[in-house]
Amino acid sequence: MSSTSSLVSSTGPGHARILSVGAFRPQRVVTNEEICTFIESTDEWIRQRTGIEERRWADAETTVVDMAQAAATEAIEKAGLTPTEIDAVIVATVSHPYQTPAAAAILTHRLGATPAAAWDVSAGCAGFCHALAQASDLVRGGTARHVLVVGAEKLTDFTDLTDRSTAFLFADGAGAVVVGPSDTPGIGPTVWGSDGGQWETIKNKRSWIEVRAAEAAGEEMVWPALEQEGRQVFRWAVWQMAPVAQKAIDAAGISVDDLSAFIPHQANMRIIDAMVKQLGLPATVPVARDIAQMGNTSAASVPLALHRMLADGQAPSGGLALLIGYGAGLSYASQVVVLP
Amino acid sequence: MAQSEQEILAGVAELVNEETGLPVESVEMDKSFTDDLDIDSLSMTSIVVQAEDKFSVTIPDEDTKNLKTVRDVVTYIQQAQG
Repeated sequence: MSSTSSLVSSTGPGHARILSVGAFRPQRVVTNEEICTFIESTDEWIRQRTGIEERRWADAETTVVDMAQAAATEAIEKAGLTPTEIDAVIVATVSHPYQTPAAAAILTHRLGATPAAAWDVSAGCAGFCHALAQASDLVRGGTARHVLVVGAEKLTDFTDLTDRSTAFLFADGAGAVVVGPSDTPGIGPTVWGSDGGQWETIKNKRSWIEVRAAEAAGEEMVWPALEQEGRQVFRWAVWQMAPVAQKAIDAAGISVDDLSAFIPHQANMRIIDAMVKQLGLPATVPVARDIAQMGNTSAASVPLALHRMLADGQAPSGGLALLIGYGAGLSYASQVVVLP
Repeated sequence: MAQSEQEILAGVAELVNEETGLPVESVEMDKSFTDDLDIDSLSMTSIVVQAEDKFSVTIPDEDTKNLKTVRDVVTYIQQAQG
């Protein structure tokens, strides 16, 4: 008898889908006028360049895990589950301020979902779509039955409010979905990838090692806030990512005409508009434009936008939505999903 | 195949018109993209990426920063084609 014949591998239900969505939007609304007290700019300039009218900032005491918890609680309730029925928790974030342990482990404990497996995903603004791909395969493969996927960011902790290229952009929030078994396909194939050769286009200004070295040398502390090369990122995002989104549509075996919603990462309204144009999206397909009210919330933006579209009735339950996340890395992931 | 200055100017003017709605006649050689035509860096990037396709040239971001006037773009494309 061979030594492998006794090994059992997991088998799953074959299909997975998003069962529910939850969101947390911090109470404090920050207008462009308020941003202009930090940087020399105008409401008109910010709107024209980014489409952002206002954004939400969490207060000093609110953490990434707090926001994740609020969004997750809504998603679990809406799925008709109890926390103990969650087998795995994945948090996509770049702003949880502990390098270890993962925000997901703390969140799992807070939710009462212990001993669910818990880990964070660091794929910048593409983190949620990466985590969703993992969740789908975990469920389909039988490793987990219900997976909580959260995108949560407190980007204001890593924003330089004197940086004219990012101060108006970044914001805070969290979105969550529960992924579970399905009789029919609910999450299409994920098209993803990375281009680390361009890693310096979106990054922290300093590594922690450099922060420590500067402090030891008695230099002025430079906080590792996020910075980006806007022009380079814009070019990559529009002309490289629209073909990725098209591949996700093709991989799902559908056409743009079958879509009930397009929910891209909310990076900049100009990127969204240019992407819609590049994709040749019919004017009848609703496009998520949550950025106008929420700013850029990195890994939280796709589930937040998804939540708003469903809540406002812009996208129908059961319809097909094209998701795409892209950002630091440079990393990207896109898939077509059935709306819960 | 290299195109004439006038052909390239007409092509660039079309791209500017598609991106911003500005009339093609307003896109003159000595106009500055930022000061005269009020074109910001993202619109400029859109125009440049589409110009790459239209004229079969490559215009990297580091070069785009130095393209201040319409003439700069036309000359760049002409040299890249040559």
